[in-house]
Amino acid sequence: MSGNSIRDTFFEECEELLEALVEGLSGMEEAPGDMEIVNAVFRAVHSIKGGAGAFGLDRLVGFAHTFETVMDKVRGQELAVDESLMGLFHRAGDFLSDLVTAARDESDVNDETEAGLIKELEAYLGPGGEETEFMFEALTLDMGDEAPQPTRRRFDIAFRPTRALYENGHEPLLLFDSLADLGDLSVTADLSALPDFNKFDPSDAVLSWRLSLVTAESETTLHEIFEFVEGLCTLDIDTTDEPAEAATAPLDLGPVMRPAPPDVDDMLAGDDAEDAMAESPDRGASDRPATSLPGSSKDARGPKPTLRVDLDRVDRLINTVGELIINQAMISQRIEELDLPTVAHLTNELEAYKLLARDIQEGVMAIRAQPVKPLFQRMSRIVREASDATGKKAKMVTVGDSTEVDKTVIERLADPLTHMIRNAVDHGLEKPDIRKAAGKDVTGTIRLSAAHRSGSVFIEVSDDGAGLNRERILQKAIEKQLVAADVELSEPEIDNLLFLPGFSTASQVSNLSGRGVGMDVVKNAVSALGGRVSISSTPGKGTTFTIVLPLTLAVMDGFVISVADQTMVIPIASILETIRPRAKDIHIVGTDSEVISLRGSYVPIVDVAENLGLGDGAERGNAGTLLLVSTETHGLTALRVSGIHDQRQVVIKSLESNYTAIPGVSAATILGDGKIALILDPEELIKLAHTPVHETASQQARMELRHG
Amino acid sequence: MTKVLAIDDSRTIRNLLRVSLEGAGFEFHSACDGAEGVEIFPDVDPDVVITDINMPKLDGFGVIDALRTGPNRTNVPILVLTTESSDDLKARARTAGATGWIVKPFDDASLVSVLRRLTGHVA
Amino acid sequence: MAETEETRAEAQFEFITFSAGGQSFCLEITQIREIRRWTPVTALPHTPEDVLGVMNLRGAVIPIFDLSARFGLGKTESNERNVVIVAAVGSTTIGLLVESVSEILSVAKSAIQETPNIKSDVTRNSILGMISVGETMVRVVNLDAVLDTGMGIAV
Repeated sequence: MSGNSIRDTFFEECEELLEALVEGLSGMEEAPGDMEIVNAVFRAVHSIKGGAGAFGLDRLVGFAHTFETVMDKVRGQELAVDESLMGLFHRAGDFLSDLVTAARDESDVNDETEAGLIKELEAYLGPGGEETEFMFEALTLDMGDEAPQPTRRRFDIAFRPTRALYENGHEPLLLFDSLADLGDLSVTADLSALPDFNKFDPSDAVLSWRLSLVTAESETTLHEIFEFVEGLCTLDIDTTDEPAEAATAPLDLGPVMRPAPPDVDDMLAGDDAEDAMAESPDRGASDRPATSLPGSSKDARGPKPTLRVDLDRVDRLINTVGELIINQAMISQRIEELDLPTVAHLTNELEAYKLLARDIQEGVMAIRAQPVKPLFQRMSRIVREASDATGKKAKMVTVGDSTEVDKTVIERLADPLTHMIRNAVDHGLEKPDIRKAAGKDVTGTIRLSAAHRSGSVFIEVSDDGAGLNRERILQKAIEKQLVAADVELSEPEIDNLLFLPGFSTASQVSNLSGRGVGMDVVKNAVSALGGRVSISSTPGKGTTFTIVLPLTLAVMDGFVISVADQTMVIPIASILETIRPRAKDIHIVGTDSEVISLRGSYVPIVDVAENLGLGDGAERGNAGTLLLVSTETHGLTALRVSGIHDQRQVVIKSLESNYTAIPGVSAATILGDGKIALILDPEELIKLAHTPVHETASQQARMELRHG
Repeated sequence: MTKVLAIDDSRTIRNLLRVSLEGAGFEFHSACDGAEGVEIFPDVDPDVVITDINMPKLDGFGVIDALRTGPNRTNVPILVLTTESSDDLKARARTAGATGWIVKPFDDASLVSVLRRLTGHVA
Repeated sequence: MAETEETRAEAQFEFITFSAGGQSFCLEITQIREIRRWTPVTALPHTPEDVLGVMNLRGAVIPIFDLSARFGLGKTESNERNVVIVAAVGSTTIGLLVESVSEILSVAKSAIQETPNIKSDVTRNSILGMISVGETMVRVVNLDAVLDTGMGIAV
């Protein structure tokens, strides 16, 4: 194993420990006084410190140490956890996570934050609490500490071990070996205390030694050798400066050493255990809980066993399973084409094949699925930071954090969610005094929830703040010339102005949310995942942003449609209704705009072929089939296609991995005949219809080619 | 070959110990908490034990107690791995029956030299 | 001995030659994944004329370029000898429609000449060098240039 991979393992482990830390901290809030949780938190910080020390990450070690010391006080019940200490622990945990990231990426962290946190933490340690004894000395028997001593000196050592020395696993012989390494050693065993053989207790320490060592080493070095046995023996060291060279010719240690207790021990090994049990009743009693542990630990050994797998392998498997699904569809189609007379039994088998293939696919997709919990946990930090920065009181509530979502979705949601959470605190919640005046709890609540609903993942960020100020939003949009000054917009339309590029600018955002990200970026990130985001807001009650995402990024339920002479797929989820219009329901507005009257209102028609540059408007006037979709920006719209053929689950293939994004097209899929069909993105398609210059699209495609 | 049983809940530390000790010619075994360490001790039958203090299930002191006083009572050297070098901790470890201690972070050479000193192992 | 052999092997390059837009081109064999018969592709909306569409290559969706049109030499006339050369550039896989594939060329590195200073920047950027084979000049295609952003627009 190379040094680097150990380092990688360390950072991987840090991730887990930080997760455990965050979890533990919330646990401490939920169950104050549960020492098991405090212990777990302590261990997490402690393990990070231990590993960090091994890699010389001093800054991380230092901070973790201070953090751990305070946590240790809590553990020792010397310190009670109140709200402010809990807040400090959270912030310290956040900063610890920053330090880990900084250590991993070799980037920098904020010194002031660190100094501030350390000061706050140390305040809990009390005046005498600074740990003077704490240092990171690696254990060394390093002789370089002191100035070299040119002259050899003689040390006369009287060494009488106690019984505990042997019990602690020490071996005088080995100690003497170490001394002999330092210079010339002579050893004399004092057998005078040896009792009669029949009275001999093998576990008793009856021998003592006189040693004489001539060495150039310092006395400190000698003490280091005896470091482990200090307190387990009587030790006297006398120094004589005269170099007694000739007097201490090295002696053969062997014969003198042989009668050392271990050998005697061996001789009488048979009675050893029993004697020991009888001799030390106190220890015997205390061993019970310890020995019973191995048995009981079998039932509850840590978390469920997991397997670490290279993500590439999973993705290869997912791809192959995707192929299997396509292959299954192809076989079904071919058999159908054969038009066999009786295919009932074959159909059954094919159906079974199809189900098996789907099962495999679901199973494989589940490998990539991960609970949103770690993502949500990170967000609690954002709430804390945002509430600190704005002076608003906020707490986060999470619901459904065990909901599992594709790994990629989780990764790509982190930024949009961060932004939405910041917004919710910064713009959503009111200041404490205003909340109080409104009769609300001064602490605002940010609720983050996840759920699976009808084949989609719903993620909601809601606040219990003042709700959107629609008047101001509209005014701002007009100021920024995003909409005409005389525009008449419905409430949802006004809300959706937030998603327009260019809506949020420096003048409007505070130092907190204004990190160059607007809600349009959030929307784009969600769209890129095949999802959509919507807003609902009630004045005085709060605002909810809802992100709806496909369950997996790999398959989708779609309608197989034809557009001009091409076969395409459109996501079923986006379609409200399919309409076969009568010619009399379609009206021309102005020169070339068509609308359909639908239950008393007029809905604009967008011709898909025309917008993709495929048709020449030949479909115009031709009723075709209309697919009613609801869009965030343009409300209800009817998409005209040539026909609907089928409804099926399709495997999503990225266009961007080898080419680039194409406006109006979200991805591609492979149909039963092996041909590629494009998957349409209704929202973008309709946006395209409202963009006057179509030519820009192709240029953009070319420009972005290398960046796909 | 001298057998080492290392008990530590940190994967990183276990890895580091493995690399250092296998490189120095020790036979390396590990357990990820105190309870597991005590459980596998008789099977591994190590010549020396290295244990962390802060661990789930059974901490380092518990390990020492179990090994020094249990039915499989043993005199094998037990080294405590600790991030603290306080005298208090050393005294506690010694009272519990530890043979010695290693302060984290440890460097390979001193770790190996301590192990050799306690086991007489020559690699 | 071993060293001389190695040196010789290093200096030797293998190219597949093909014609596109009436001119002779080649690509180093290591860049080529496979050569396929031309089959109709799925057209992509809003793309330039030299992007023919996308093709299913064992489950991957790869774009097919008309190399002749890409190099400003006019659209490739369809004929039954047309083939698609599937090539890899980094992690990207693309297909190039060419008129026909000719042969495998094995040349020493020294036989590859630098592109002469010709007037068209497009042409110069699109080829890495020239190899003379008898009477003809074979142009070594710069795959990066095929994917390059500016080139298509400059035509």
